[in-house]
Amino acid sequence: MNVIIDNSDLFLTGFKNTGILFAISAFFALILGTVVAGMRVSPAPAMRAAGTFYVNVVRNTPLTLILAFFALGYPKLDLPEISFMNAAIIGLSLYTATYVSEAIRSGINTVSVGQSEAARAIGLPFMQTLTLIVLPQAFRSVVPPLFSVFIALLKNTTVAAGFSVLEAGAIRAYLSERGEPLLPGLLWVALIFVVLVLGILTPLQRYLEKKWRVAR
Amino acid sequence: MTNPVQAPALVELKAVNKHYGPLHVLQDINLQVTKGEVVVVIGPSGSGKSTLCRTINRLETIDDGSITIEGEELPKEGKALAALRADVGMVFQSFNLFAHKTILENVTLGPIKVKGVSKADAEKQALALLERVGVGHQAAKLPAQLSGGQQQRVAIARALAMKPKVMLFDEPTSALDPEMINEVLDVMVELAREGMTMVVVTHEMGFARKAADRVVFMADGQIVEEATPDEFFTNPQSSRAKDFLSKILTNG
Repeated sequence: MNVIIDNSDLFLTGFKNTGILFAISAFFALILGTVVAGMRVSPAPAMRAAGTFYVNVVRNTPLTLILAFFALGYPKLDLPEISFMNAAIIGLSLYTATYVSEAIRSGINTVSVGQSEAARAIGLPFMQTLTLIVLPQAFRSVVPPLFSVFIALLKNTTVAAGFSVLEAGAIRAYLSERGEPLLPGLLWVALIFVVLVLGILTPLQRYLEKKWRVAR
Repeated sequence: MTNPVQAPALVELKAVNKHYGPLHVLQDINLQVTKGEVVVVIGPSGSGKSTLCRTINRLETIDDGSITIEGEELPKEGKALAALRADVGMVFQSFNLFAHKTILENVTLGPIKVKGVSKADAEKQALALLERVGVGHQAAKLPAQLSGGQQQRVAIARALAMKPKVMLFDEPTSALDPEMINEVLDVMVELAREGMTMVVVTHEMGFARKAADRVVFMADGQIVEEATPDEFFTNPQSSRAKDFLSKILTNG
């Protein structure tokens, strides 16, 4: 117990940054992932190809490499500077968006073709057919896999510790510097992650599943 | 020889062909539907009648030939095609009501999003239409809470809300329990009486007799015979039509 009380500053800052990384990356990943899923079912071949290319390239690259690119490679390019925190947010968003996109695409496939035919038949163009009819139904059926993606994102934020972002994954290293015992510190970090998932994400998932349960 | 004065065709298919792989589903189809006409398309399964119906609002593309509505060629895609579809109502075999929207929202969505009608006006019109098809009191429910017959009547109301120039019915009663077929057919007969232009793919010979101006008989991707219902049912010309009628009318 002493470890966490004596180093509460470290734990607070660490988990605050984890929270920020998670919330902002989840937000952008959800938006980007939805757009990419839309691209992949678009009638325009160029859009489909671009979406597929992005998912295949980014999803198949280790997250560490993607973060390394933004934290270490990007500053070498002659582009506006970004902080390590922002670099981590960009990397995590781009990476997670591919998984979001695939989850949503599997949801799109569960919506019967008759739904979009009916939407087109009343004169809705592709974008509105997608946003008003198909996606709202697709989201309902992908709440569980989508939350798996977000839980993975929450834990993936710890990779950013390797790139000078003081978040929960970095707490261990700081504890060692302060000469604290390693094992209790690690266990506390692990426990807080479990509490975050079970305390926030899982209830949210249950709430959405219940709210969006549709009779078909 | 002088040309007879013809009513201009509202829907006209000229030399339309379509293949599914090696299967030639529509073979050189020529069909005209004039304003106010009710054309019933019948024929055995796999004859291409549903496909024919679906080409008229381009839910199915065609390989060659032309389809015009009020003299204008069907746009290939994009905004122009969407605009055309807004003028062509469609009722599907499996209803296809938007599952996540209420009955009222199903009917108001098109007018609000496509035609820019205000929500209040769209709802007023939708309630009147739902009343007319006999499901006015169900407006707040979700589609899955309604019976098949009720859902199909809502689907008709949804199509009517767009004030279409022509209505396409793709086997509208084929997915219904027998006791619900008539409630849908009654609405369709009513529509026909009011002068709606209709293309109806159906197996309901009763409807064809009662409401059709013309029966189009299809087999193997071709239009084999076209006649008034009376002529067709009492004196079919082709052997295929005779064969088809003998199969469906004997067990009556």
